[in-house]
Amino acid sequence: MSLPDNSRASRVLSVERLSIDISHEHETQRVVDDLSFQLHAGQTLCIAGESGSGKSLSSLAIMGLLPKVARLPSGAILYQDRDLTELSDRQMSRLRGRDIAMIFQEPMTSLNPLMSVGQQLEETIRRHKLDEGSGAKRRAWEILDAVRVPHVEKRLKQYPHELSGGMRQRVMIAMAMVCRPKVLIADEPTTALDVTIQAQILELMRELQQAFDTALLMITHDMGVVAEMADDVVVMNQGVVEEQASARELFLQPKSPYTRKLLAAVPRLGAAVTLPSRAQAARVLEVSDLRVRFPIRRQSPFAPATEVCAVEGVSFELGAGETLGLVGESGCGKSTTGKALMNMLTYSGSVKLDGRELSGLQGKALKAVRRDIQMIFQDPFSALNPRKTVGELIAEPLLVHGLANAAQRRQRVEELLLQVDLPAAAALRYPHQFSGGQRQRICIARALALEPRVIIADEPVSALDVSVQAQVLELMKSLQDRMGLSYLFISHDMAVVEQVCHRVAVMYCGQIVEIGSCQQVLHNPQHAYTQRLLSAVPMPDIDHKRDFKALLQVDEVPDPIKPRGHRLPDIHYAEPQAGHFVALSSA
Amino acid sequence: MTLLMALLKRKSVALSLLFILIVVVAAVFAPWLAPYDPTEQFFDGLTIEGAPLPPNSDFYFGTDLLGRDLLSRIIYGARTSLIIGVVSNGIAVIIGTLVGVTAGFVRGWTGSLLMRFTDLMMSFPALLLAIALAAILRPSLWIVALVIAMVNWVQIARVIYSETISIAAKDFVAVERTIGASSLRILFSHLLPHLLPTILVWATLGISTTVLLEATLSFLGVGVQPPMPSWGNIIFESQTYFTSALWLVLFPGVAIIALSLSFNLVGDALRDELDPTLKGRL
Repeated sequence: MSLPDNSRASRVLSVERLSIDISHEHETQRVVDDLSFQLHAGQTLCIAGESGSGKSLSSLAIMGLLPKVARLPSGAILYQDRDLTELSDRQMSRLRGRDIAMIFQEPMTSLNPLMSVGQQLEETIRRHKLDEGSGAKRRAWEILDAVRVPHVEKRLKQYPHELSGGMRQRVMIAMAMVCRPKVLIADEPTTALDVTIQAQILELMRELQQAFDTALLMITHDMGVVAEMADDVVVMNQGVVEEQASARELFLQPKSPYTRKLLAAVPRLGAAVTLPSRAQAARVLEVSDLRVRFPIRRQSPFAPATEVCAVEGVSFELGAGETLGLVGESGCGKSTTGKALMNMLTYSGSVKLDGRELSGLQGKALKAVRRDIQMIFQDPFSALNPRKTVGELIAEPLLVHGLANAAQRRQRVEELLLQVDLPAAAALRYPHQFSGGQRQRICIARALALEPRVIIADEPVSALDVSVQAQVLELMKSLQDRMGLSYLFISHDMAVVEQVCHRVAVMYCGQIVEIGSCQQVLHNPQHAYTQRLLSAVPMPDIDHKRDFKALLQVDEVPDPIKPRGHRLPDIHYAEPQAGHFVALSSA
Repeated sequence: MTLLMALLKRKSVALSLLFILIVVVAAVFAPWLAPYDPTEQFFDGLTIEGAPLPPNSDFYFGTDLLGRDLLSRIIYGARTSLIIGVVSNGIAVIIGTLVGVTAGFVRGWTGSLLMRFTDLMMSFPALLLAIALAAILRPSLWIVALVIAMVNWVQIARVIYSETISIAAKDFVAVERTIGASSLRILFSHLLPHLLPTILVWATLGISTTVLLEATLSFLGVGVQPPMPSWGNIIFESQTYFTSALWLVLFPGVAIIALSLSFNLVGDALRDELDPTLKGRL
């Protein structure tokens, strides 16, 4: 008797020469072409690629959840010697959840908002006939405990909206793992989460995979996540497999030019040449003691009046031609700070632009100031009115301020389009005819129309693919060099911040906990939160896998809801180096 | 003009426009087009037993229960139905849009006040309200049109209100604020164009419901007063004879359906043509 072939024995699922067609009206488009891969027990395969690469459709094909317009002209998906593409809907739905489970990107929309966590888990358990009654309850408890959810008893009774994003994703994972599936498909499981939460979820998935010997198929666009998680990688582009290799090989010796391009475009923390600080530059924007509070409607007339302290005592300066990065996790108040500077919210404190006080301005005076400070939004799809042509959109600021007649406006639009590397003919087209990166260029052109001194960029590249991201960042930099613009660059992505910023401020719970040059803050972090944040960033570097275990326990974030008029103690800063300020903990 | 050409390219829309044109012409030139006086009761308009005549060479659409010429009544009825359908529905859409947009855009105190008033109006049974109003004011064609408008604006205001809120929350509205655009500019050049599809759909869908509501009011005696004909009251006068004199219900019924369908098709087509993101996809 020959020895069992090891690689064969552990193979759980294999996709053989799979192609997917999408037919729209009379046209048929091939969106996935000739894709083959194998999943092995206890191993992770990552499918990496940018948007439109067909990576998500491939995973949906395995689940038998392709949209109606999709067809499989060729190929097979073999699981336990059965071809999944030939199974009926009923047979497939018996496999789904029990043998092959899936986690989606957005945990809020994948959980039923009307059922408690416990009910949803028990339903899954009962549906796959794992257990009944009290047994199902016990299983639900066990699996939540296994995904390290604290206070399991309480969580079982809670509804999805009462949980944080990270907790929801843990519940999703618990639901997927409760039947101990052989294959777990995770479609961008951490994309919607903050870095520290992402690190927790990734670590959790690693541990569960070890414990349950699951084959993990991960779909992601983030090469950092790939490096942290993958044993093998498939790189896809426009439905075609560009490269298929072990993770080590892929990162150390990428063969296909596309992979090389993709890897080169990924911003790596610690790899960028830190930009020299511009401490000598004239100050354009001075913010001191900025506070933003949102009142909460009282539950009853007798309840004490409360408010959310979104931003508390934020102070910083921005020099001419300087980029200040404002980083932090969701809910830390970084976007609120940006909106306050744009006078889109009421705030207290002082904001000075070129020595002029902005706080409390209204009407004409405010309108005049708006010429000098402009904003770029995160989502270029919703920031452009779909019913206007690009030319109208870019000319809008000029029109509003009555700065030019029709002919001048047309000429200026042309200039602005050229400045952001778009053809002048783009003016006549509508936003939906452009890609995400091009739309963000249009947004930048519009922000530049009034020749502002300061641009507040709120996550300007977060919605874009990495290769496009790099181009937009390059454009922003070259515009800064040419026009001496100052940017307040709000971002959650440390690596991007390192690339474009001269200085960085780290926000946590509405306060700046650390501010200084890129070198100081990102390479020599002093505050515990900054250190934690930086240790959670996944690195696209196969030889330096990060150990996220330390991050796995959940920290309680201080409650931002305070009685109305409550004044938080002032923050005191230490200055370990010139220009590097670190908040001292109030204790 | 290019818009009209684009609309006429679609066969169904061209047909609808033609039908609307016919109804409008019929309404305007009724005295010249109608073969008889719509209120005249013909001696030979009934059989010996006193039953209405089916369509024949004298009366193309037959006669009604009192021996009046149905074709003439339908031609004159087009006046009533068109006035009710277009005018009262138009008023309803205008009031509804104004209230909805104001409440959704201004929000705050004014917004809640407007919407609570809308809810109050909504909680009245529409028919009861119409009857009450029509009973207080002496019914005439224009009063009936006004009464129907008063009842119908409520749903439109609700829909426009929620739509305004969702559009006002979009980033491009925030961008306008950061540029320094005034509220009026945002309202007219960035909000209203997005509300247009909804407004158009209501403006066209509403026509059929208003025509029917007018018929109901006529039937209850608070609508257009007989002997003045309207498509609605022709149906209601003769509905009990539906099985024995089908033509009495069939012709005005077809007229109502065809008119509201035509308006619907034209409205749909207008919405598609005015939306740049849909162009080229068809």
